Amino acid sequence: MVSADAAVTSAPARRLGGRTAAVAALVVIAVVAPFMVSGYHTHQLTEIVIYAIALLGLNLLTGFSGQISLGNGAFYALGAYTAVILMTRLAVPYWATLPVAGAVCFVVGVLFGRPAARLEGLYLALATFALAVATPQIFKHDALQPWTGGSSGVILDKPASPIPAQLSNDQWLYFFCLAVAIVLFTAAWNVVRGRTGRALVALRDHPIAAAAMGIDTTSYKSVSFGVSAMYTGIAGALGALAAGFVSPDSFTIALSLQLVVGGVVGGIASIFGTLFGAAFIEVVPDLASKLSDAAPTALYGILLIVCMMVMPDGLAGVVRSVQARLARLRHPRTRT
Amino acid sequence: MQALSHQLLSGLANGSIYASVAVALVMIFKATHQVNFAQGEMAMFSTYVAFTLLKAGIPYWVAFAITLVCSFVIGVAIERVIMRRFRAASELTSVIVFIGLLLAFHGAAEWLFGPVIQRPDSPFARDAWYGTTYLSPHEVGMIGVTLVVLGIVFVFFRFTRLGLAMRASADNPQSSRLVGIRVGWMLALGWGLASVLGAVAGMMAAPIVYLSPDMMGGVILYGFAAALLGGIDNPWGAPIGGFIVGVLENLAGAYLVGNQLKLALALGVIVAVLVFKPSGLFGRTVVVRV
Repeated sequence: MVSADAAVTSAPARRLGGRTAAVAALVVIAVVAPFMVSGYHTHQLTEIVIYAIALLGLNLLTGFSGQISLGNGAFYALGAYTAVILMTRLAVPYWATLPVAGAVCFVVGVLFGRPAARLEGLYLALATFALAVATPQIFKHDALQPWTGGSSGVILDKPASPIPAQLSNDQWLYFFCLAVAIVLFTAAWNVVRGRTGRALVALRDHPIAAAAMGIDTTSYKSVSFGVSAMYTGIAGALGALAAGFVSPDSFTIALSLQLVVGGVVGGIASIFGTLFGAAFIEVVPDLASKLSDAAPTALYGILLIVCMMVMPDGLAGVVRSVQARLARLRHPRTRT
Repeated sequence: MQALSHQLLSGLANGSIYASVAVALVMIFKATHQVNFAQGEMAMFSTYVAFTLLKAGIPYWVAFAITLVCSFVIGVAIERVIMRRFRAASELTSVIVFIGLLLAFHGAAEWLFGPVIQRPDSPFARDAWYGTTYLSPHEVGMIGVTLVVLGIVFVFFRFTRLGLAMRASADNPQSSRLVGIRVGWMLALGWGLASVLGAVAGMMAAPIVYLSPDMMGGVILYGFAAALLGGIDNPWGAPIGGFIVGVLENLAGAYLVGNQLKLALALGVIVAVLVFKPSGLFGRTVVVRV
């Protein structure tokens, strides 16, 4: 009996230790990786980090507060354009554009989220879908042309490395994005585990009960929309830096749907699943397009449907269930 | 004045396309409480089928009929093979499955038919007798075809036993099953019919928006706006919503926002309806008992 109790009490501790070790290993790999691969692959790694931030924005919204967004690409575009306009028109240094892009997207997100908070899931999906379809057209509009460059877009100077002897420009940008990502992931991790996170999950799982317990549903929903937009917008600003070019046609509905694919494949209610998802949407289209230019889209589609049939919690869910099974093998008496 | 009536009438012509799409959306919503995000891409795929048949030298209306049959089969097959597994799924799951369908059709069309924009001819001759100063023969034909097709659909639902069975299974699946209606197959039929309506819309839209994998992006958005405006659970409201947003699109495009913001206008209509009158003009207000 005593040994069983010991196993029960030590299991969470061991899991926490294991998790810390996993995170540490991940950070070490992330730091070492750009020195092991070519410049192009470093660029790909940078894009994975950026996608991970954008997916985190989507997961916080859809996975935790339960609001379906098919239009986060719009906020990605808004973040990217905020950064571009600040850099090219106002000569703001690139690193200073991120907080502004985040703040702008947060405000717009809350404003969009306020009425959207009244919508049931399906209708919110409809409204955000429409937002995603309309986005390129809005940024192409003549009235915005002096700032956005219209449909021909704007070319940016990529950030230069301050220590060119040690780090190439690609590597510098990678570490810059990685640092931003670590800050944002840590913040999300703490929010989700705390009081706010529990409120959001309650809101997702039982909105009526949540309201009855005194959770201000409208505020929580619209603020989580704003936070999601902020994460996505910061990713958009970083994405503009990494691409060195921004045009309205980089932000079609395809981008928003790609984020949905990444979120679902990684696991929509998982923070670390975003890393799987980001790697997936970075690497797989590259491989699939060797077959045909249209192959990634077709593959994404089929994959989403298959995912929903066999692994609705994404790759993170698969990892979790394998872990649970291993734990059960090790401690047959503790049932999870 | 003449310009205004031209805008009004050609708005009605565009509206007929939105009306078909909206009725297709409502049909699936009534039966399953799901919004078919892939409706536009399915219609686009059907239009490519029609175009391929035309290129093979088949006369237009024969190709039209064959396409409708193909679309019906595709619609039924999707329900039987994929959607039936998700009938009890959560909203998030079903939305994701529909997005999957959308991407699959989009990718398949681009893969099979290429991403190039093509310009199909209208089946209605440019100098036909029914053309007027306000409406081109294609626009008149478009309205005519839509009205005939919608008429057939309504007669089918109103006056045939099969239509009654389909309405019954959408209304109350359990009781319908008890009186011997095969509810699963009724849903599949509904999918087939929705797919046929989409195909009609796609074929009629093709000479205007041209044929490409992206052709239905704007159309589906206006279709959503139409369905919501008419009340998404009201099959009578949908075509009216379609004609209204068609006219609205043209008038606002000509006098208010310009042609550059037509999609943003659809977004505005969708958001406005959802925020101010979620049940639409003719829909039933849903009251949830807690």
